[in-house]
Amino acid sequence: MDKFRMIFQFLQSNQESFMNGICGIMALASAQMYSAFDFNCPCLPHYNLAYGLGILLVPPFILFLLGFVLNNNISMLAEEWRRPQGQRGKDPAVLRYMFCSMAQRAMIAPAVWVSVTLLDGKCITCAFCTSVPVETLGNASHPGLSQGEMKRVLARIPCKEIYDGQEFIANEVAVRYLRCISQALGWCFVLLMTTLAFLVRSLRPCFTQAAFLKSRYWSHYIDIERKLFDETCAEHARSFAKVCIQQFFEGMSTDLAAARCHPPRKAPADAGEAAEKLLGITDQGTMNVALKSWHRCKPPLHLHPPALPSSNGWAGEKQPPTHPPAPRREMAAYYSRV
Amino acid sequence: MDRFRMIFQYFQSNSESVMNGICGLLALASVKMYTCFDFSCPCLPQYNMAYGLGIMFVPPIALFLCGLILNRQSLVMLEEWRRPQGRRKKDLAVIRYMCSSIMQRAMVAPVVWIIVTLLDGKCLICAFSGSVDPKKFVGFANASPVQVQQLLAKVPCKDDELIRNNTSRKAVSRYLRCWSQALGWSILLILIVAAFLIRWLRPCFNQATLLQARHWSNYIDIEQKIFEETCCEHSRLFAHKCILHFFESMRQEIKLHSCSLPREGEGTEGEEDLLWGITDQDQVNKLLKMWYYEKPPLDVSQVTQR
Repeated sequence: MDKFRMIFQFLQSNQESFMNGICGIMALASAQMYSAFDFNCPCLPHYNLAYGLGILLVPPFILFLLGFVLNNNISMLAEEWRRPQGQRGKDPAVLRYMFCSMAQRAMIAPAVWVSVTLLDGKCITCAFCTSVPVETLGNASHPGLSQGEMKRVLARIPCKEIYDGQEFIANEVAVRYLRCISQALGWCFVLLMTTLAFLVRSLRPCFTQAAFLKSRYWSHYIDIERKLFDETCAEHARSFAKVCIQQFFEGMSTDLAAARCHPPRKAPADAGEAAEKLLGITDQGTMNVALKSWHRCKPPLHLHPPALPSSNGWAGEKQPPTHPPAPRREMAAYYSRV
Repeated sequence: MDRFRMIFQYFQSNSESVMNGICGLLALASVKMYTCFDFSCPCLPQYNMAYGLGIMFVPPIALFLCGLILNRQSLVMLEEWRRPQGRRKKDLAVIRYMCSSIMQRAMVAPVVWIIVTLLDGKCLICAFSGSVDPKKFVGFANASPVQVQQLLAKVPCKDDELIRNNTSRKAVSRYLRCWSQALGWSILLILIVAAFLIRWLRPCFNQATLLQARHWSNYIDIEQKIFEETCCEHSRLFAHKCILHFFESMRQEIKLHSCSLPREGEGTEGEEDLLWGITDQDQVNKLLKMWYYEKPPLDVSQVTQR
C-alpha cells in the first residue's frame, strides 16, 4: 500500500498542475493551429461573412468541447450527478465546483483562438469588407454602380490580386481600417477575459471561502474514493481468478483420474513444489484435454467455499467431507463430453 | 513525514523564487507579444490617437491583471484579509507587506511593455502625428488645413500614395520617434533610480517590522499549503476506511445468508481474506450494484472505534 500511497499523493497534489499543464498545451496548440491554418477568403459578397465568422467562432467551440473531453474528471462528474441517492446525500455545491473548475480550464484554448484571430485581423477583414464606409474613406462620387455591384467590388478587398475598385477606395486604406477595428476588438476581448478571470478568482475568498473549502475537499474525496475502489476491485478480481483457475485444474485432474479408474497419484513427499504445481496433470494428453476444456467450457464464476486461499492450493489428500458432491458430478459430466 | 519535511523546506525557500520566475516569464512574454503583434496604424485623422494610445495602455492593464492572477500569493493575501478574526489576530502590516510585494511583481510586465513600445516608437508616431505643428515642416506648406491634417495622419503609413513622395514625411517620423525614445529612456531611468533608492534606503526604516512581516507572510503561505496536503491525506484515509467498511458489511451480509454451510477453513479467518467472502459472480454483481445504487454513508466512526 505504501507504493500506492505515494502515487496517490503525487497524483493528488499534482492533479491540479497536471490539468493546468494540459490546459496550457491546448492553448499553445490553438495558437499554433491558427498560424498553420491557411486562411482563404472567398471574396464573394455573401460568402465572406459566413466564412469569416465561421473561422472566428466554430474552432473555439470545438476546442471548448475538446477541453472537456480531455479532462479525466468529466466521467467522475457525470457519475456523481447520476448516482442514486442511497445512503449518502448529494451535495449540489460539490457538483457545481467540479463543473466550474472544468469549464474554466476548458475556456482557455477557445479564448486564445479568438484573441489571436482578432489580433491578426484576417477574419474580420474578410467578414466585414462589404461594410466599409466608402463615403468617409474613399471617393463615393461614382453613382454608376448599383448596391449589388458595389458590394461585389468591395468583397474583393481581401484578395488584392483581383481587386478592381481602386478608384472607389484604396485597398490599403480599407485593409488598414478593418484591421484597426479588428485589433481594437481583440485587445478589448483580451482585457475583458483577464478582468473576468481576475474577478472570479479574487471575489471567491471574499464571499464563499468556507463553502469553497468544503466543496474542494469532497470533490477530491470522490476522486480518491473512486480510484481506491477500482484498485480494491482489481485486487479482488485477481484473487478470484487465481482461486477459480486453481479449482479448475484440481477439478480437471480429479475427474480425469476418476475416469481412468485409479486413485489420484499421491505426490511423493520429497517431490517438492514443482510436483505440487503440476496439479496432477503430468502427460500431454491430459494437458491437451485441460486446454480444450478451458476453451470450450470455462468454469462457472462460483468458488467452492473450502478452497479459499491457503498456502497449499492442492487439496489432493483431504477430500472435504462437507462438500456436497452434486456440483462435482455436474462438472464431471460436463467434462466427459469433451 | 521526512519526505513532507523536505518538500516543504523546498517550497519555503523557493516560494519567492517561483514568483520571481513567473514575473520574469511574464515580462519576456510581453516583449514577445509586442514583437509578434502586427502594428498597423489606421492612418485616419480620428482613429490614430485612439489606436496608438490604446495599443500603448490596454495591453499593460491586461498584463497587470495576468500578473495578479498567476501569483498564488494574491489569493493567500485576500484570504488572510477577509478571514474572520476568530482566535487569531490580524496583522495589517503583514497584509500590507504581501500586497506591496504582489503589486511590485505584477507591475514588471506592464512597465516592460510600455518601455518597449516607447523605445520602438511606432505607437507614439501613430498617435501624435496629427498633433505635430505643420509650420515646422516644409512639405506641408502649400496645403489647406484640412489637407494638412489628412497628410499628417498618413505619415505613419510609408506606402500610402498621398504621402509617399512627401519630403517631410521622414522628418515628422524622426521627430516623433526622437520624442518617443527620449520618453522611454527617461521613464526607464526614473524607475531604476526609484527601485535602487527604495531597496537601499529600506533597511534604514523599520527593519525589524519588515523582518516580522516577511516571516509571517511566509508562514501564512506555508500553513495553507500544509493544510491542503493534510486534507488530501485525510481524504485518502477516509476513502480507504469507507471502502473497507463497505466490503466488510458485504461479507457480513453474505455470511448471514449462507450460514447453513459451515465453513471448514477456520484458519482462514485469521488471514487477510482478499476475497472478502465474495466468491460468486452474482455476489460480485450485487456488490457493484450496491456500490452504484447505494453508496455507503460518509461515516467511518464504527470502523475507527474498533
